[in-house]
Amino acid sequence: MFEILLNHYPVLLKGLTTTLVVSLSAIALGLVLGVLLAFGLTSQYHLVRWPCGLYRSFWRGTPILLQLLLVYYLLPEIGIEIAPISAAILALTLNTAAFQAEIFRSGISHIPAGQIEAARMAGISAWQTRRRIIMPQVFRLTLPPLTNEIITILKNSSLISVIAVTELMRVSEQIASRTFQPLETYLAAALLYLAVNLVLARISAYLERRMTGGLATE
Amino acid sequence: MFDIALLWEARGLILQGLWNTLWICFLGCLLALSLGLALAALRLANPRLFGYPVACYVEICRGTPLLILLFLLYYGGPSIGLRLDAEIAGVTGIGLYGAGYFAEIYRGGFKSIPKGQLEAARMLGISPWHTLTRVQIPQMARLIVPPGTNQLIILVKESALISIISVDDLTKNATTIVNQTFHVIEPYLAVALLYWLMIELVARGGYALEKRLADRQPRHVTQ
Repeated sequence: MFEILLNHYPVLLKGLTTTLVVSLSAIALGLVLGVLLAFGLTSQYHLVRWPCGLYRSFWRGTPILLQLLLVYYLLPEIGIEIAPISAAILALTLNTAAFQAEIFRSGISHIPAGQIEAARMAGISAWQTRRRIIMPQVFRLTLPPLTNEIITILKNSSLISVIAVTELMRVSEQIASRTFQPLETYLAAALLYLAVNLVLARISAYLERRMTGGLATE
Repeated sequence: MFDIALLWEARGLILQGLWNTLWICFLGCLLALSLGLALAALRLANPRLFGYPVACYVEICRGTPLLILLFLLYYGGPSIGLRLDAEIAGVTGIGLYGAGYFAEIYRGGFKSIPKGQLEAARMLGISPWHTLTRVQIPQMARLIVPPGTNQLIILVKESALISIISVDDLTKNATTIVNQTFHVIEPYLAVALLYWLMIELVARGGYALEKRLADRQPRHVTQ
């Protein structure tokens, strides 16, 4: 296992970089889409809530592998040619947006109604209320589930190897088939995934400790 | 644009995939549920001996992709003399992976019961076995059903990965139909709907169980 790590670390690191780039882009893009969806889910208008609910239900209710294949094969079908890596980022983004929307929705529901009423009384516009009052608190409240979602996406990014993106999993497959040492190679890859995710969990725990001060809820 | 006839012609493959997904998920989840309980019980029974190894196991399950575990079992297994059929590797992979998550869910359940109750039970001369079956498990069941249902749903969805190690499950057979007919939307959407249906059933089952346990609780207490 360590032999594999030592002999093949340049390619493994390159694969790991791709894994990180794809996952983190998807997380960042999914965050924007997820926040908008969460506003949609908590909207007072049925016509806005309903499509957002349907979107969430589909992307949370079907396997991510299937979603990935659907996005990858569907786009050329409707005349859009994109690189596998872009299709991968798109599929992961659409998936994580649904999960993040649900996390934010639950966060928003934990903000005391009095704060929103007070903001309205003080003449603060709905968007200002969301941007300045609701979301800063929601991000702090939802940090633990958000970290879990980031880790989930990092793990799920291993699936994009099936559409030929050369990330960590794909690189490991290539090394395994060249060296005939699948056990050692996949253990090495597992170690790399584990290391990244443990570091992420640590960073999140640190942020959580620092940011729990000043929460207005409870 | 949406060709239903195509799906009807491919019904054999879809049904075969559905059957394989169903039994592999069922056995995999069963393994995950029981192994998870065993891990949680070991940790609880002797925290000094088993606490650290079980915690490590949980971290490994949480930190590495299921796909890696499946590849280790299916492609890595033979180099240490472990030759598994793809289906069995799938069941084992889902079981081992899910066990890490379930161990944590059970632990949360056990931990949520106030120590005072256990002390009170001992004071009243209730045997450890009865404390477990009459005090701990009924209260813990209600708490672990919602996260447990969630985890089962995650495992059903993750089971799509066994298609990558060449099990003829729903996802693999959908891809086969796509490759044979050059129609992308119909097979994948139909299969997505089937997964959705399975997950909806698991979720409904979870709600029903939760409700039943909640209904039973007051009666049990007042008796």
